[in-house]
Amino acid sequence: MKYIDEYRNKDIVQYFAGQINIISTKHVRIMEVCGGHTVSIQKFGLPYLLPKTVELISGPGCPVCVTSREYIDRAVAYSRMEDVIITTYGDLIRVPGSTSTLEKEKASGADVRIVYSILDAMLIAKNNGLKKVIFLGIGFETTAPASAAGILKARTAGLKNFYVYSAHKVMPPAMEALIDDGVNIDGYIGPGHVSTITGQSIYMDIPKKYKMGVVISGFEPVDIMQSIHMLVQQIENNEPKVEIQYTRVVKPEGNVVAQQMLDEIFEYRADWWRGLGILKNSGLKIKKEYEMHDSEKMIEVEVEETIEPKGCICGLILRGEKKPKDCGLFGKSCTPADPVGACMVSSEGSCHASYLYNR
Amino acid sequence: MCLSIPARVESINNNIAKCTVGKSSYNTSLELISDQDVKIGDYVLIHTGFAIQKLDTDEANKILKTFEEFKALNEKMDEEEKGQNHPLI
Ligand code: SF4
Repeated sequence: MKYIDEYRNKDIVQYFAGQINIISTKHVRIMEVCGGHTVSIQKFGLPYLLPKTVELISGPGCPVCVTSREYIDRAVAYSRMEDVIITTYGDLIRVPGSTSTLEKEKASGADVRIVYSILDAMLIAKNNGLKKVIFLGIGFETTAPASAAGILKARTAGLKNFYVYSAHKVMPPAMEALIDDGVNIDGYIGPGHVSTITGQSIYMDIPKKYKMGVVISGFEPVDIMQSIHMLVQQIENNEPKVEIQYTRVVKPEGNVVAQQMLDEIFEYRADWWRGLGILKNSGLKIKKEYEMHDSEKMIEVEVEETIEPKGCICGLILRGEKKPKDCGLFGKSCTPADPVGACMVSSEGSCHASYLYNR
Repeated sequence: MCLSIPARVESINNNIAKCTVGKSSYNTSLELISDQDVKIGDYVLIHTGFAIQKLDTDEANKILKTFEEFKALNEKMDEEEKGQNHPLI
């Protein structure tokens, strides 16, 4: 495939592995924040190519994994309402809530539909005028602009029975919180598609405040190896900065149209992250002007009490403090077919990726 | 969830582009890149039904070319090493 296969070239991956080996003297811990990177790293076995001095750790960049059980519980409660149709990206349907999942609710008769795009959800709303159609809006800056575009369209078109239940989050507060909490990290592989939207300026505080570098990376093995090389070089030279490796996609200023769309529809609010707790200005809430499409405002429902699963250390894994194999349930009572925690459900979760590629 | 891969624009109709990745084809809204001049034959990144960025193919090709040069240089150095005949190694 054009512009993909080229970036999987083994010789070039090996070339960068060799270069990293030559320059690396200090032991460093590099965190990949994005779940997409976690998957590539495990799938292509990149840790095995790196010298012992370079350790890779996964971070909180899997949207499904950081989403609260309470969110799932509320979605489940909505799905039990007679006049509601739930529309969602496929990732969320199997995530365990306190006592149920959307998949189970669907099996017992709830109208839960997987969509590929918010635009499909809006079509369902248009064709089911007597129902309330709720779209589950999860994801970071990459995904949130699509939700914003949908909400704007729904208002313009007067699509009164269409609602978004937003758990959208933004990445920088989580990246700073990890450092503030004292998690041992020497550099970040920055999320490529979040940065496609935001540009590089959102990370500028990290080298300034924390003397730590961020390299915004693509997702193919060559991209990631080159980004690691760039970070190791920064660390060895003591020159922390924000750099873009993924220049074929990420512009320094980002996608300005998408940023304006986000500004129009959403405002920041404090939000809860698995592993990190409540972080200021880390969540996106639908603004008052658009609240007629905000399910939290418009649709009341009683939600059961949240129960967290026993023995799941997903939170510590999302902080880079533990690895999936440190969990006593990993591969035993927790598998992709029967997951206990969100990190095993999502295709981008660390536990899922480790189970598939690195057991 | 944040993944998205380069897809080629095959046709454009009313701000919706038909794009292909391998053998699959997708209808994609161009709304979020309305300021980028998208033409047939361009590559765009699609995420949940929206194109979020036009791929900078000049930049991509430039980098690929640099990689090729690395490779050529590496091979040349390997060849030279071989020719040097280190008796003690
Ligand atoms: S293996 Fe399962 S139970 Fe253990 S941390 Fe991962 S998701 Fe949680």
